[in-house]
Amino acid sequence: MNKNINIKSLIIDKPLKLDCGQTINNFPLAYETYGSLNEKKDNAILVFHALTGDQFVSGINPITKKDGWWSYAVGPGKAIDTDKYFVICANVIGGCLGSFGPSNTNSETNKIYGTTFPVITINDMVNAQHNLLEFLKIEKLFAVMGGSMGGMQVLQFVSNFPSKAKIAIPIACTSSHSAQNIAFNELGRQSIMADANWLDGSYANQNKNPDKGLSVARMAAHITYLSKNGLQEKFGRKLQERDDLKFSFDADFQIESYLRYQGSVFVDRFDANSYLYITRAMDYFDLTKEYNGNLSKAFEKTKTKFLLISFTSDWLYPTSENKEIVIALNAIGADVAFVEIESDKGHDSFLLDVPEFLNTLKNYINNSYLKN
Amino acid sequence: MKQEFKIISDFIEKNSRVLDVGCGDGTLMEFLQKNKEIDIRGIEISKVNSQKCVSKGLTVIEGDAEKDLYQFPNSSFDFVILSQTLQAFLNPEIVIQELLRVGKKAIVTVPNFGFWKARLHLLIKGTMPITKNLPDEWYNTPNIHMCTIKDFYKFCHDRDIKLDKALALHNEKSSFINEANLNIKNLSAELGIFLIEK
Repeated sequence: MNKNINIKSLIIDKPLKLDCGQTINNFPLAYETYGSLNEKKDNAILVFHALTGDQFVSGINPITKKDGWWSYAVGPGKAIDTDKYFVICANVIGGCLGSFGPSNTNSETNKIYGTTFPVITINDMVNAQHNLLEFLKIEKLFAVMGGSMGGMQVLQFVSNFPSKAKIAIPIACTSSHSAQNIAFNELGRQSIMADANWLDGSYANQNKNPDKGLSVARMAAHITYLSKNGLQEKFGRKLQERDDLKFSFDADFQIESYLRYQGSVFVDRFDANSYLYITRAMDYFDLTKEYNGNLSKAFEKTKTKFLLISFTSDWLYPTSENKEIVIALNAIGADVAFVEIESDKGHDSFLLDVPEFLNTLKNYINNSYLKN
Repeated sequence: MKQEFKIISDFIEKNSRVLDVGCGDGTLMEFLQKNKEIDIRGIEISKVNSQKCVSKGLTVIEGDAEKDLYQFPNSSFDFVILSQTLQAFLNPEIVIQELLRVGKKAIVTVPNFGFWKARLHLLIKGTMPITKNLPDEWYNTPNIHMCTIKDFYKFCHDRDIKLDKALALHNEKSSFINEANLNIKNLSAELGIFLIEK
């Protein structure tokens, strides 16, 4: 990974006490911004990324040379219009695109952290990113938003900083990782750890990389981001560049070839240990438990206006789990709107060109901004 | 139905918390927001309409009033509005109970099946009435529990539901309904508007 090109980074000198008990100091937080902060400083939107996302929300990602992960939604004239709003996104701690993570070198040992890196949580990620507000001199954000793990960070952010955002848009997420979610993450982690090149997490010190394990983890996870109908429609039983079955274990089917490709490009841009740490943070996420089984209490102090969005074919973070958050908010009379968007693109719908989703998002954001 | 909206708006006190059940595309919510300083929320079953509402920046949740009202605590709203939707529910009785649990008061408007044109239609043509307010055929109408002004009046009376106000609406003109004129209003009005409480 070519890490040092075009990465803005803030060194956070305020000690951060992590949930695991350790305190971290002077650590980097990589971030990117789009658009500009207006004079009133009331147009800032903090976007939180998902498991394998990064700070490069829009435009061309300088590392992968591909479109930013939320290019359908963020950019000039788009749902989150960077001509109007100042969009900020940071790489989560534990990540591998410039923020403090397991691929960093431990200055005390001169070795790459690997699994000696402290276990981090969604709460830690959010607390680290909160430092950006002071640095960018933003008193109050107009909005916080994100999908999947980004949505979990939105919930945690509002809970931790109840007066720091005017509106909050958690998308396709949950307030508590389910057994199924944990199971799929564990499958990914075990696949990485089963790779002989993982070397108990110290592969980077020995110039190795558990590519096979990481790519299988990505393949398995990728299936969970799609829907059965979506897969069937796109691939069905179509064969890959051949007229008939080959009676071998080659990628006969297009879906096999597609997944292999997804796995292979992923290893070029993602660190295996980061994958372990971030999935762990997601599994540990349980905002309901944090408030002794009463999720409403997480939002008791907030005046933030919420919009929750789920997708019909998302079985990873299904509508029912998004609705639990809506119910908890309604129980305390919070200002909460909710829509379920019809889409066969599965959990990934929030990242894709789903016009009903993007239009609703765009108009809600713009109308909420006018009601300032 | 501009007049219906105006009457509903007159019922609602300033600075109150209001829930519009079956808020459609949010037209009434917008009207009330413009005319009153209130905190208004909505619940709507149709995806298209929920998205329209949210697009307007309205606080609307997509949901089924027959299943999803439970999430609102007792008396969490000053007024709960049910505008021309009661007849579409599987169980209107439970919905009314829920409205009166969630809201301190409820405003219910019902298209009047006792309106003379509807009665005449059935009498003369012998087919299910189709009117301006009720334009669907019997086989595709969402209105499965039609009632008359008199039915609703009696419904409230039998359940000790207090009728704070009862208005009949015809050709955008409104008049009060009382025990004495009930039969006449039941014949002459297209819409009944009721302010009720437990």
